[in-house]
Amino acid sequence: MAALALLCAGLFLVSLGIGPVALSPAEVIRALVGAAGDPARVIVLEIRLPRALLGVAIGATLGLSGAAMQGLLRNPLAAPSLFGAPQAAAFGAVATLSLGLADALSYALPVAAITGAFLSVFLLVVVAGRGAGLVLLILSGLAVSSLAGAATALAMNLAPNPFAALEIAFWLLGSLEDRSMRHLAMALPFMLAGSALLVSQRHAFRALTLGEDAATSLGIHVGRLRLLVIGGVALGVGASVAVTGTITFIGLIAPHLCRPLVGYDPARLLLPSALAGAALLTCADIATRIIPSTTDIKVGVLTALIGVPFFLFLIVRERRRLGVGALG
Amino acid sequence: MSAVRLSLRDLSVAIGGRKVVENLSLDMTGGNLVALVGPNGAGKTSVLRALVGLLAHEGSATLDGRSLSALDRRERAQRVAYLPQGHEAHWPLPARDIVALGRVPHGAGDPTRLRDSDAALVAEAMRLTDTEHLADRPVTQLSGGERARVALARVFAVSAPVILADEPTAALDPSHQIAVMKALRRAADRGALVIAVTHDLGLATRFGDTIAVLKGGRLAASGPPAEALSDAVLRSVFGVEAFRAEHAGSAVLVPWA
Repeated sequence: MAALALLCAGLFLVSLGIGPVALSPAEVIRALVGAAGDPARVIVLEIRLPRALLGVAIGATLGLSGAAMQGLLRNPLAAPSLFGAPQAAAFGAVATLSLGLADALSYALPVAAITGAFLSVFLLVVVAGRGAGLVLLILSGLAVSSLAGAATALAMNLAPNPFAALEIAFWLLGSLEDRSMRHLAMALPFMLAGSALLVSQRHAFRALTLGEDAATSLGIHVGRLRLLVIGGVALGVGASVAVTGTITFIGLIAPHLCRPLVGYDPARLLLPSALAGAALLTCADIATRIIPSTTDIKVGVLTALIGVPFFLFLIVRERRRLGVGALG
Repeated sequence: MSAVRLSLRDLSVAIGGRKVVENLSLDMTGGNLVALVGPNGAGKTSVLRALVGLLAHEGSATLDGRSLSALDRRERAQRVAYLPQGHEAHWPLPARDIVALGRVPHGAGDPTRLRDSDAALVAEAMRLTDTEHLADRPVTQLSGGERARVALARVFAVSAPVILADEPTAALDPSHQIAVMKALRRAADRGALVIAVTHDLGLATRFGDTIAVLKGGRLAASGPPAEALSDAVLRSVFGVEAFRAEHAGSAVLVPWA
């Protein structure tokens, strides 16, 4: 846990130092405390700090959301991005933008994205039903995310001009570039509220290990818990999508990285997963700046490229359980 | 402390519009093991689920004169412990942490930070079920019999005056079946009201103080084993005859078609 926190802090400093003008961690720290010359201070504080802070905040939110979904559904293959939450949030935001209801810096954007995420996760939990097995969940997730993707495609299809379509497409790729403190201020309150909601339910996740019936007999209000978790995940995922576009698979990977370290207890997994998510996204964001390429690689593309093979690996590992079908 | 008293009056449960339990009236008191028997689909599980609050019911179920549905969630969870079928455990937590979940209704959320009194009750529950040596093993790696005993320990750790167990001996080998029934018997001897759903008429006869026979959602017979499982009841409810004997001071009943 402490090691994870240190890792995050280290990556955070590296993230502040990387870019067209490379700065050493020492220079970064000097710039942060205001002792460096003007140019370094401007670069660090105004260009890179918002980006690095957003990376940490969003990574943590996504890692926490993934751990919470896995706890709620008692399923190591659960994650918001597999259930279409980011895609639906993106549709909410895109629809708001393309209908001209709001500009890219208004609070209407996170609200629309949160609504999209909420509806998608809610739909998933309703369709898959109580105590759903792996196969049912993943199939329903596939359906929900395809629907959200189709709806977004429709919005692009109907876009008034090619530039608007291009803007939507770029935004769907997910990126932390050129974000300001304004973006951070727009998303952070929602992400904090969502995270607080999820962490407050940690003991209920542990009781759910015994299944919904036994958890109910222990005094857990399972129906309310489900709504709270859907709400918490939607707040976090919706707010992050609203400022960076879709960044997927952090929520799936982070808890898996933590289980060998802190065990399977779904309650004790929450905070380490948040830290691992922050470290992962910061790492990915650093990588987009290091990998040489003619155009910038978007961080959302990179996390999906890493995340999907990881997902396949998990499927192989869980194959026995998946094959049995009814179990899970 | 006087014995707990659970009274069902005209209890009816409907699932999807179909009545699965109809006008069940039954009085049960602490210190007794009540075996709830009946053919498949007789409504046994539905009775337990209604008492836990997992199914809505009509009629009344009162615990020491107070309606169960009027209790708040936490108080109900403290007073009625429930062992569902199947002994689900989704994560490989150590058995001790699973048992500690029994203290959740008493405000203990984190199994690594139990109050001394909670830790003592968890240890006692593991002693009663002979699971102390399994404490550090991941529950998902235990055998079916070991898992059943850990699940039972979790229920005992609630230290509720009413214990509901749904087919606690299903899928267990004979020695585990007897171990589980003996543990439930001891819980009853220590003052709890234990209601156990079972298909095993032999175990019901040997360990039960009272047997309640359900058929088609209605109470077909109830009373001491010899009375409730009379030849006439066995024939009309189960369609079987019985071989009866006595062994080591206990009644023996073997269904014989």
